[in-house]
Amino acid sequence: MCALAHVLEEAGIATVVLASMRAVAERMNVPRVLYCEFPLGRPLGMPDNAKFQHGVLAAAFELLDASSGPVLVDYPEVVEAVETPLACALLPRYDPDVAPSVDEAHGLRAAYDRAVARRGATEVGRAIDADGVAEALADLERVAAGEHWKEVYGPRLDTIAIAHDIRAYYQEAALELVGGPPPGARQAEAWFYEQTEAGKTLAAARDALTEQEAPSGITFYMQPVGR
Amino acid sequence: MSSDQVMRDMMANLPVPEFESTPWASPPRLAEATVAIVTSAGLHRADQDRFDGRGDVSYRMLDRGDRELILGHWSSNFDRAAYVSDHNVVYPIDRLEELAAAGTIGAVAPRHVAFAGNQPDTVSEVRLDTGPAAAAELRADGVDVAILTPV
Repeated sequence: MCALAHVLEEAGIATVVLASMRAVAERMNVPRVLYCEFPLGRPLGMPDNAKFQHGVLAAAFELLDASSGPVLVDYPEVVEAVETPLACALLPRYDPDVAPSVDEAHGLRAAYDRAVARRGATEVGRAIDADGVAEALADLERVAAGEHWKEVYGPRLDTIAIAHDIRAYYQEAALELVGGPPPGARQAEAWFYEQTEAGKTLAAARDALTEQEAPSGITFYMQPVGR
Repeated sequence: MSSDQVMRDMMANLPVPEFESTPWASPPRLAEATVAIVTSAGLHRADQDRFDGRGDVSYRMLDRGDRELILGHWSSNFDRAAYVSDHNVVYPIDRLEELAAAGTIGAVAPRHVAFAGNQPDTVSEVRLDTGPAAAAELRADGVDVAILTPV
């Protein structure tokens, strides 16, 4: 983002970066930076809050009045992430013949479909679509149980994208089930990793992949840092 | 410590590209300026190519009327739940429309730009190739001011 500000500015476009990493912006001689200490993924601070978003934009536009730079201003309001899990109850076991994560993924399908129909878009689809989520979990169960990843996936390991799709499927379904205003940042993440069978399976598969010395660039991004 | 703070601490010590000077464009008055959004959230329409998993230096042009965009940046380290509820929290296009209607800004740009957030460490392609190309497209549309939003 900060590099792009340089490029745009050279081309004659005045820029304001709504920076989320102050220490990075400080070091890059960026023309105009509004440092916003908001949860990552929310550069305007709060969803469904036009007033707050307008406040951020107004502060950003104010920086255009400066006659020279670099200019770095801290937005006065801080928004903290909420790390308590989303209150989304999970279904009881339905099909005892499949792994708990696979059963759970099947159970969330109707809610996921409603979410996609309402929004008209989905983040699922980097590596698999919704039809492939249960099977992808079954594969991860195999890895978690000790099978070597090359036996399960062949030569190319794409579990970052698979993990992304599974998590997106779960989060979109959960937001639909819970309804109401959007949760605090990290609540959906906490729910997925701490409370769902899929999250536990993903963690176990990542541990197994690490033990098998799978490429660390893949395993590192299967979960957020700090988990 | 929160996950966001862990990320901020991690990024604070990573090497960054060095820019010795600060370029400076002087915009017209805001009420006369055409404003675009440039985001590194990897947004794209369903009918546009996805961004690659790693180090994708390309960009997508988004039309002013596009909504229901896919959040294509793949990192596991940011919150996606907010964007699912309200795209404006990443891509404040409706806010810009409101500001244009109120006369606060001159106009909303006809097209906006999305890059992927995961760039090669040198960002040399973005500096020398795709970045200037995107900037030229915005200039051709008469853009004076860009708001940059990362995720």
